[in-house]
Amino acid sequence: MYGKGLRALSIATVAAMALALALVFFYAPLEAEQGFLQKIFYLHVPLAIVALCGFVLGGLLAIQHLRTREARWDMRSYVAIHMSLIFAVATLITGSIWAKGSWGHWWVWSEPTLVSFLIVFLLYATYQPLRFAIEDPERQSRYASVFAVTAGAFVPLNFIAVRLSTAYLHPRVLGSTSNLPGPMALTFVVSLAAMALLFATLCKYELTAKHTRAQVRALRRRLTGETGAPIRRRSAAPSLQPTAASAGSATGSGA
Amino acid sequence: MRRTVGALLRKELLVELRTLESVPGMSLFAVTTFVVFHFALNRNSVDGDLASGILWVTLLFAAILGINRLFVADAEEGGFDGFLLAPVDRSAMLVAKVLTLLAYLVVLEIVAVPAFALLLLGPSLGGAMPGLLVTLALGDIGVAVIGTLVAALAVQTRARDLLGPLLALPLLVPIVIGGARATSPLLALSHPTGAPARWLLTLGLYDLVFGLIAYALFDFLLED
Repeated sequence: MYGKGLRALSIATVAAMALALALVFFYAPLEAEQGFLQKIFYLHVPLAIVALCGFVLGGLLAIQHLRTREARWDMRSYVAIHMSLIFAVATLITGSIWAKGSWGHWWVWSEPTLVSFLIVFLLYATYQPLRFAIEDPERQSRYASVFAVTAGAFVPLNFIAVRLSTAYLHPRVLGSTSNLPGPMALTFVVSLAAMALLFATLCKYELTAKHTRAQVRALRRRLTGETGAPIRRRSAAPSLQPTAASAGSATGSGA
Repeated sequence: MRRTVGALLRKELLVELRTLESVPGMSLFAVTTFVVFHFALNRNSVDGDLASGILWVTLLFAAILGINRLFVADAEEGGFDGFLLAPVDRSAMLVAKVLTLLAYLVVLEIVAVPAFALLLLGPSLGGAMPGLLVTLALGDIGVAVIGTLVAALAVQTRARDLLGPLLALPLLVPIVIGGARATSPLLALSHPTGAPARWLLTLGLYDLVFGLIAYALFDFLLED
């Protein structure tokens, strides 16, 4: 039920990724100064943009959760932040490789974007420990949403503050698409779209898996005729307890 | 609202005066940290960037001691329940706690800044005082607002002593950036200048934005 459209989305993602990679390796010209190394830009920058947008999206979904108090918004916010964290790790790794290749150091403090990204990552790294440390599921989701909204607002603020603090030692040639030559800009936009699709697909897979698991558990309980309260394992992920009513209502608006 | 805040603030300060749980510890911690810095850096006096960095890091970690304890009494002795039973605006608690933490920080700095000038600082503090006061005040407001929000988030968790600092430090990084950058020209050995307005403005804006965020979100933390 929750997997509706999942196949089409997956196929679109695979096609977009394939197209993006083909463009990166066969179409985009070699950059004059950095040569082949510059190709990591088409992976690193889309990863970073999608991760940051995912963090902000998690905050917006959390606002919705605080307003409506419906568990599904909390679930979506959790999945968006969880996925963004994975993308953020990939961003830091690819950024480090790029920095090593072009500047000779694994980490460069004078690059404001890299530094502010690390601060944002360190903040979001506490999201799951925070959830895990609160046992009551209702309070867990509420507190997690407050955190997600605060952190989501912190993302742009932090970027402004760190950027102010650093003189531009390195020319920001690749910072925006406006000063990229045409083929590079096209490749970049396709890569960004492919990465966004990948993010959406992975989020949808995680949501589907969580809903399916909850449904299987509910069906098994009905089959074995258990009637006692369900045994809840302590977990950082929001828990879904689908009753017949909530399963029915959530199906129509499944993410 | 004003009467509620006044009553809550009086209660907080009275509790602190009777138990002396936070402020003496924070001040002692700051002074001890200066001594530790003296030995760790193996320097008798510091100035400029290094001085402002040491001052801000020390004040920040001392503030975290206060942030960790800010809501503990309310959570353990039923202060939250008592407050929620009263028919008053819940934001009053936020305002009162921010003011409490602000008062702690001011007392901390009254002790820590002269101690810093005495123990570590190379250039004399005289000319830098007005700029330093403005910077510290703006920094304190930010620390108080973020600290209160984070303390309220962390106090209901099982690992609150751990989660509080982990949540607070990244959120306070922009304050350290602004504060340290604004303070370092004040403490320069040669040609000390005023605090750059750009950093004071950054600090002020950050305080304002987080004040609004905390005001919007605090109610959700008090709902049980």
